[in-house]
Amino acid sequence: MNFVPLGYGDVAIAAVLVLVNGLLSLWFALGLERQIAVATLRMVIQLVLVGLVLHALFNAEAPFWTLLAALVMIAFAGRESVARQERPFTGWWSYGLGTSTVLMAAGLVTVLALTTAVRPQPWYDPRFAIPLLGMILGNTMNGISLGLNTLTVAAARERNAIEARLALGATRWEALGTVTRGALKSGMLPIINSMSATGLVSLPGMMTGQILSGVAPEQAVKYQLLIMFLIAGSTALGSLAAVMLGAARLTDQRHRLRLDRLRPAR
Amino acid sequence: MLEAVARRTAAHYRRRYRPAEGDIAIGLGDGRRWKAGPSEFAARATEVSSLNVERISRSHLTVEPFALADGECVVVSGPSGAGKSLLLRAIADLDPNESEILLDAERREALPAPLWRRRVTYVAAESGWWADAVGAHFAHRDAAAALAQSLGLPAACLDWPVSRLSTGERQRLALVRALVQKPRALLLDEPTSGLDQNAAEAVETLLKAALAHDTAILMVSHDPAQAARLARRQLRVEAGRVWEDRR
Repeated sequence: MNFVPLGYGDVAIAAVLVLVNGLLSLWFALGLERQIAVATLRMVIQLVLVGLVLHALFNAEAPFWTLLAALVMIAFAGRESVARQERPFTGWWSYGLGTSTVLMAAGLVTVLALTTAVRPQPWYDPRFAIPLLGMILGNTMNGISLGLNTLTVAAARERNAIEARLALGATRWEALGTVTRGALKSGMLPIINSMSATGLVSLPGMMTGQILSGVAPEQAVKYQLLIMFLIAGSTALGSLAAVMLGAARLTDQRHRLRLDRLRPAR
Repeated sequence: MLEAVARRTAAHYRRRYRPAEGDIAIGLGDGRRWKAGPSEFAARATEVSSLNVERISRSHLTVEPFALADGECVVVSGPSGAGKSLLLRAIADLDPNESEILLDAERREALPAPLWRRRVTYVAAESGWWADAVGAHFAHRDAAAALAQSLGLPAACLDWPVSRLSTGERQRLALVRALVQKPRALLLDEPTSGLDQNAAEAVETLLKAALAHDTAILMVSHDPAQAARLARRQLRVEAGRVWEDRR
């Protein structure tokens, strides 16, 4: 079994399917053709550029460039994790909370994987570090984003109940207990779902990729298991840190609910 | 009535501060001591304050100092949106504010906020409920059942889901929820608005019982008759200014 190299012509045949999407949109007046075109173009440009960047990184194999690429990825993940919040924190807190927790969770778990399970030589080999970090980042980002969104929206909605508890002498952690538990659940739910469905409903992209490039399935499965465990750990760590720091920021030392630290609802 | 207040406050302070021989020494709440024989108590009972609001510094609120004695009810009145709820929330420390407020001569900031709110408990006009079962909201279930019954609710209502309660039932149970914790002072935001006459009378009876047990009550009310029944002093709030109405 051999790896089948693709030419850009082969890809163009598949791209015809997107053209069909655009024609459907025109035919049924869905008004989506512009968005389809923009999204397709963005995807093509971003992926081609990333291919070039990765090519350069792999050739350089220098710790500095690998680290820089990792930091840029984390900065984007931090921004995306809070980009579509309904009630983001005011000022730098929103971006700061997203980025610092993404950095902490994904950084810790990636370093753990590189120094224990995978152990490439050298350990910063971008061929391992960058894709590993990418997969962990994407999922951690989702967990943090969902956790924070649920926390802030629920705290604003449950204001009467939270302040009733505070007024009766509950601490801020007791008063926010129901809300923080709900936020943690929604942060963790996607990864629990995908662990349950993996292999039955979906074949994960990385495993499929390895099999397509000629790796034996049982090796590909082991890699996939490793990745899923890393993602689960990082998501839990990131959601927990983001929700707890968020809950601390939503209240103050005198155990008051501080909804004034959230931007008004759009 | 005045003598009764004086007797209770004197007894209360004798318990707390050992009197000098022959005199009864009273902490005024601001560090000063005031010495007097029992006959002078009646005239100055209100100065023997359990809740002493010396200064409240919060945006949209200017407050003249006032104090509540043990077992005293003071009614807060004023137009809607004038800042009555803001005043109660500031005393309970639920909104950011820099204030000098003392309870039994102890500064608010010297206590952890949850402990302060256990002693000086705010009951909002619109009650909040955090669990599905009514009974899960009460610290002392038996005491809550007894108080609920005195307000015309069945004791079994503690087993109901919160969704089954009417607005008026919620309002009364929110008061019960605060009372079972035996606070030193209650900050009530319109405790009888929207209640029928029987229920409102039952609430007033319960509040009088709390007053008889030395609880101080600061209460927002729009009903002058109710104010006259429960309180001898009134605070007036208009456009964020709070002062004692001495008419």
